[in-house]
Amino acid sequence: MNVLTTLGKYTLATVREIGKIAIFSARGFKSCFAPPFYFKEMRRHMVVVGFYSLPIVALTALFAGMTIALQTYVGFTRFNAEGAIATVVVISITRELGPVFAGLMVTGRVCSAIAAEIGSMKVSDQIDALTTLGVDPFKFLVAPRMIAGAVMLPFLVLIADIIGVMGGFLVATESLDFSVGSYINQTVVNLQSIDVISGLIKASFFGLCATIFGCYHGFESDVGAKGVGNATTSAVVASCIGVLALNCLLTTVFFGK
Amino acid sequence: MSKIVFDNVRKVFDTGLCVLNGVNLKVEQGESHIILGQSGGGKSVLIKCLLGIFELTDGDIIVDGISVKDSDKKKEYMKKFSILFQGNALFDSMTILQNVKFAASQINDDKEAVNEIAREKLHAVGLEDRVFDLYPAEISGGMQKRAALARAISLEPEVLVFDEPTSGLDPITGGIICNLLKDTVQSLGVTVITITHDLRVAEFLADRVSLLNKGVMVWTGHADDMKGCGNEFVENFYRASNVILRK
Repeated sequence: MNVLTTLGKYTLATVREIGKIAIFSARGFKSCFAPPFYFKEMRRHMVVVGFYSLPIVALTALFAGMTIALQTYVGFTRFNAEGAIATVVVISITRELGPVFAGLMVTGRVCSAIAAEIGSMKVSDQIDALTTLGVDPFKFLVAPRMIAGAVMLPFLVLIADIIGVMGGFLVATESLDFSVGSYINQTVVNLQSIDVISGLIKASFFGLCATIFGCYHGFESDVGAKGVGNATTSAVVASCIGVLALNCLLTTVFFGK
Repeated sequence: MSKIVFDNVRKVFDTGLCVLNGVNLKVEQGESHIILGQSGGGKSVLIKCLLGIFELTDGDIIVDGISVKDSDKKKEYMKKFSILFQGNALFDSMTILQNVKFAASQINDDKEAVNEIAREKLHAVGLEDRVFDLYPAEISGGMQKRAALARAISLEPEVLVFDEPTSGLDPITGGIICNLLKDTVQSLGVTVITITHDLRVAEFLADRVSLLNKGVMVWTGHADDMKGCGNEFVENFYRASNVILRK
């Protein structure tokens, strides 16, 4: 009976949490399309999400591309298919690794910062101050971050795609003795627009996921340093799981049979 | 007609905790009303209910005939207020000038006028130009309090709310801030509600004082009448405050 009670409590708590996130997200989306628009805040967050995340996303993509090239070579030589390395690298990077790694990196860097910033604002009454000034906290705090995430992640992923493919190219040509011309040719010939576009659409969803979870956990933060710390941890964990779950769902939508 | 009417205000949180249990109070136009009470007595919750931040469980708060529950007139209701928060609540990501400009821009679209109003209000509370471009974390607690007051008055409110205005300040700075608040209130002629547990602040700022205990307003009157008013809690509160002061 105790086990059932505990299970029931957790189930109800989980359902309640999902409901709260859904309502929060709906309010956030509504705020994105209703004036007033805080363009200055939007620009500020676009720089934070896009520009400041660029080095970490670029480095991740570079190492991912290099590693795939090496691993694929080792695996594919077993059945004499090493000629397909360029194709595997470009498809893996554009469809999966570019968007997912960028999403996870932005989650680690931006989602945690959003949760901590909004959590601190809540604790120090800054969100109440916004309300008393007649400013809707969703329009001022949530909407600019959501828009920044949805707009900037695709740009980051596009750059990550290029750098990731370059990483594979460098390993293949410098270390695995592939010819420059044939590697580039294979990459271009086998790359389809849907590979890149699907990755960019995924990125936009990942950007929304990271910013929504960051904002939600910031708003739900408890009082005190521990409360803000817990909110940050919860935001990152939830957003990471959200990114991976969304990736699975969107891959099924784009490429599932 | 009273400016603000608290009519049997009840606030029970989702956890079942009853913080306000039938608060009744009338605040007159232009009055400086102090709500005194122990920490955890429900003062801040009462203010958040007044400002529409918390929804009431029961009862009503009416300001100039507009109910806090009237969602159609929410904007009109909210425009009447401005609050000086206990922790100042200045926006960390904005400079001092930007904080005040942001508030002023909510009631004025003209950028030039907003800039002028913000500078004027900052000067009015005794802040010099050199701190305008600093962030809240870069200035002292007293300066932050002044900046928060400048932000509050830049909204040109009808009702000013001060939440523990001297908390966290040393006695000298606290005294200066109290004087500044009194001067500001007198020059603006607005209605003021101050919540505090500091009797000295109450005696200095108040036209009338109300005492809140365990979610109920137990006494309302002039600060001078607290001693010997016949209410046990009020007399104990008065005595305890004076004992602490003598120590």
